Amino acid sequence: MSRLKEILDRGAFAVTAECGPPKGADPEVIMKKAELLKGRVDAVNVTDNQTAIVRMSSLAACVLLKNQGLDPVLQAVVRDRNRIALQSDILGASALGIRNILCLSGDHQRFGNQPQAAGVFDLDSIQFVQAVRNMREQGVILGGEALSRPPDIFIGAAANPFGDPFNFRVVRLAKKVAAGAEFIQTQCVYNLQRFEKWMAMAADRGLTDKVHILGGVTPLKSAGMAKYMKNKVAGMDVPEEVIRRMEGVPSKKQAEEGLKICVETIQRLREVPGVRGVHIMAIEWEEKVGEIVERAGLLPRPK
Amino acid sequence: MITAEQKPLDEIRGTIASYQRILVLGCGSCVAECAAGGEKETGMLASTLRMAAKMEGREVLIREKTLERQCVKDFVILLDDVIHEYDAVLSLGCGAGVQAVADMFPEVPIIPALNTEFLGETKDQGLWVENCLGCGDCMLYHFGGICPLARCSKHLLNGPCGGSVDGKCEINPEVPCGWQLIIDRLEQHHALDRLEHIYPPKDWSKKQGGGPRKIIREDQQR
Repeated sequence: MSRLKEILDRGAFAVTAECGPPKGADPEVIMKKAELLKGRVDAVNVTDNQTAIVRMSSLAACVLLKNQGLDPVLQAVVRDRNRIALQSDILGASALGIRNILCLSGDHQRFGNQPQAAGVFDLDSIQFVQAVRNMREQGVILGGEALSRPPDIFIGAAANPFGDPFNFRVVRLAKKVAAGAEFIQTQCVYNLQRFEKWMAMAADRGLTDKVHILGGVTPLKSAGMAKYMKNKVAGMDVPEEVIRRMEGVPSKKQAEEGLKICVETIQRLREVPGVRGVHIMAIEWEEKVGEIVERAGLLPRPK
Repeated sequence: MITAEQKPLDEIRGTIASYQRILVLGCGSCVAECAAGGEKETGMLASTLRMAAKMEGREVLIREKTLERQCVKDFVILLDDVIHEYDAVLSLGCGAGVQAVADMFPEVPIIPALNTEFLGETKDQGLWVENCLGCGDCMLYHFGGICPLARCSKHLLNGPCGGSVDGKCEINPEVPCGWQLIIDRLEQHHALDRLEHIYPPKDWSKKQGGGPRKIIREDQQR
């Protein structure tokens, strides 16, 4: 069973992290990251060729994490696989004991190291959520054919409260929930005001009672990274005050300032009605996840 | 219409280098509208190629002709009297035109001079934009007359994704977010409630389910 589901269902505040697979076939990288995260988080997302860069497959890395005793979340994007491959991978993941999936559109292929690739986008993320839900609940694939055994998998989706148009963001969340999303991990929160407004709109529609929302955080390593995220990453909202705060300390102390901001954000997210957990995306900085969780007062993790 | 752009001159010259008698063949339809392969562009390309051959001191016969349409048999057959004077045809038709000419005259190499691009509209002087994928199952009604498959970079039927910022697409700030356009249009039509609907997966069999598509209309056949 999904540990993440169990923790969320019993109303505990969940903590998830992210593990980016290597650009190579070395399982040791995953083992090392597993060691850093074990006991410090409840589940670990494994990214699926994020930013359209070729890496070890998410499913393979999930199995490596599972063998180390972690509860992996299989991230799966519709960019690279059509409905045949996606549904097949769900069955395979379930057979291998992977109990969580995060259904995503995926970063466009033009951002990565294979810009000549054909983008598949046969399903969109909402249709994908619905397909997985029907596989599990009705035991059927798209088109209605029955499965010999339905997959056993906890279904998640992403939400970006910082994309435009803002008023549509909760409509999209509602569609994901209606399609079958049971947990939501959000884009990195730096603009708490906007996030709180979005959560209030979600609560107004009754969505916070229907889905577990985990607020996303990413610790900033430097003022340069903050500016990069603000200017270069579409749909990322890094307010001026955060950038000024990072710039206001000497460069050697900026990483510590980034961690402080991250811990403060987590503490504030815990106070937002309807937030059921945090998702820590420490990009190639997994060694800091344990420290962040500890400083946020979220250790030890529930058994 | 079908849009196209002329291939780089060096590529064209490479593909015709081994021929001595060449017919440069324009098309007066879509590719004329998008200023890629009409009578004017055909004349210009033929002159450029003649000039280039002359500079190299090569003896090459290059003549030009423009058909009303290269993709319709009734017009292609007009080449019957002249085509055998040439050992190759450089076609400024779209991909459909090139193949239609080649089907009628399989013994003559028909070489493309254009890159065929997309189904689109003439938006402005010198500006053509893609707005139709030719999917075989038009859904424009649902989306206020703006196609999410053609105009959203991720073909989302339930968009926009999280990368839409200030009405622009995440792939490039020059590209309008198709879904922002849809939302704005539906708002004008007082039909924003359509955004709550979950559109099911697209039936791509209408586009690519049975190999190359064809339309048979018995009432039009003689």
